[in-house]
Amino acid sequence: MSGAAVARPETVLERGRPTSLEELRRRADWIRLETIRLIDRAGLGHYSSTFSCAEILSVLYYRVLRLAPGCPQWPDRDRFLLGKGHVAVGLWPVLADLGYFPRGWLEGYGRLGSPLTDHPNMRAVPGVDFSSGSLGHNLSVGVGMALAGRLQGRAYRTVVLTGDGELQEGQVWEAAMAASHHRLGNLVAVVDANGFSGSGPTSEAMNIEPLLVRLEAFGWRALEVDGHDVGALAEAFDHLPPADSEVPTCIVARTRKGKGVTMTEAEPQRWHLGCMTPEQRDAAVAEIEARWR
Amino acid sequence: MSVGPAPEMENVFSEQDARRARQRAVGEELLRLVEERGDVVVLSADMGAVMSDLRQRHPERYIELGIAETNTVSVAAGMAACGLIPYVVSMGPFGIIKCAEQLRSDVAYPRLPVRFVARLSGLAMGFFGTTHHAVEDIAIARSITNLTVVAPCDERSTQALIRSTVEHPGPVFYRISEGADEVYPDPPEIPPGSFVTVREGRDATVIATGLGVGAAVGAARLLEAEGIEVRVLDAAYLKPLDEAAIVRAGSETGAILTVEEHNVIGGLGTAVAEVLARHRVPARLAIHGLPDADLEVAAPAALLEHYGLTSTGVAARVRRLLAA
Repeated sequence: MSGAAVARPETVLERGRPTSLEELRRRADWIRLETIRLIDRAGLGHYSSTFSCAEILSVLYYRVLRLAPGCPQWPDRDRFLLGKGHVAVGLWPVLADLGYFPRGWLEGYGRLGSPLTDHPNMRAVPGVDFSSGSLGHNLSVGVGMALAGRLQGRAYRTVVLTGDGELQEGQVWEAAMAASHHRLGNLVAVVDANGFSGSGPTSEAMNIEPLLVRLEAFGWRALEVDGHDVGALAEAFDHLPPADSEVPTCIVARTRKGKGVTMTEAEPQRWHLGCMTPEQRDAAVAEIEARWR
Repeated sequence: MSVGPAPEMENVFSEQDARRARQRAVGEELLRLVEERGDVVVLSADMGAVMSDLRQRHPERYIELGIAETNTVSVAAGMAACGLIPYVVSMGPFGIIKCAEQLRSDVAYPRLPVRFVARLSGLAMGFFGTTHHAVEDIAIARSITNLTVVAPCDERSTQALIRSTVEHPGPVFYRISEGADEVYPDPPEIPPGSFVTVREGRDATVIATGLGVGAAVGAARLLEAEGIEVRVLDAAYLKPLDEAAIVRAGSETGAILTVEEHNVIGGLGTAVAEVLARHRVPARLAIHGLPDADLEVAAPAALLEHYGLTSTGVAARVRRLLAA
């Protein structure tokens, strides 16, 4: 069963692009700055969960994923699913920068009529491979996309970013079972393991550790990296098994909730959802920008 | 305490029973679609026995996901987002009530062409306990935006409705009645969103869905002998709803009885009442279904008899409605 032949787009961003580590680090901080700016305009948003995965988004979008921003429905593109949909505010500037939609859209983020909502809507925004918002669904959706790729003979990868609190959802483990049962080596889960969920430390609410052991017991290849070390992330993604291999991979990215700004690192729960005062905003921006002078 | 006789029932996990069952239409039609089209896949949450022919002939197009209904729905959504048309075959009692959020968020909200085929709806598994009754599903399904809700009333309408909706760009929920009386000698043509006038009449209208249609036709025959002419409408589509047919029935016959194997709250009767009220149609309405109470547990035929979802039960309700 093969999918319909679709011409390769003129411009394809291939896997393993030689973006420098310095540039990937700079991009991650730029995602933080844009997040602060967009939340400031909208009046509310998720800072610290976005900050914890800024390096992951940077490495995926500026190095790892095979993308065709001019042809967002190109069937052979790699898929990216933002399981932790509440950090869409960090994805919007990336998609705009890559040319999926006009940068001007960013200015309407969170406003009535804007396609850019707090959680991503695949029907509203080019470049969003699937909607999210209800935690625990997207790994299952990723299993479906990986199965479809197999049936259609396409070599794309499907990458699903989940939070660590999200792993408390039972459906995630149904999906984990299905992925190894159906031998989906074309499926990659990335856990932004920042150690916190909405109301406190993840494993105080419900222990999810030892994560690597649990994933391996479910038939996955599991590895652990420092989720703020762009070099380590790039290395882990560069060495993914080929898409026609038979064991799904989970990269557990150990991260810090609120990473990159002293105030949000100190009180990650307070900045899970909120809006900085102008003074706090300016101080946070100054702290990030000082790293790049 | 009187105990009824042990009736014949389908063993849903037996391939022999599945082949022998009166309701084979789902498996046969899905097999035909898989053989005709390259984009149809069938997903099962441990419903393999129903699909044994498909599983043997096209194993790559049959995807088993085990007893994990919610995961199955989201997996189907992912496949649909990649250009496939997935049919999820599930047991009614563990269908929409268990997967409502996945259906809403992953399937209906993004308007993906997933087909959710709920076999064994209503009281079809009534023998196994109240956990196995599926009598809330119309209420849930109708309130999910973008979801088309279809309820075949016999084998041929099952085939016809599955076939005629294959190209529908959004999601479809099929509520499959089991062991229903034959209504259509040939597969009917049912335009999207339309009721079918199964029988004309001017004294009253029975609007029925699923196996209620067969009971309504039987009731109309009984009442004909008494000089009462009953119009019978097959509510094959529960959403979109054929509002024009409801208004006509109310205006032309003055009395409507709805019949469904579903809780009287939130089902076909509720939908018809909303339409009559909105259009200010001054017709009498009675809703015949399952009471909003703890239901009895027994073989389906015994339950249908008990709750009056039979020709004689429907005929009695029509007489009461006309006498009111």
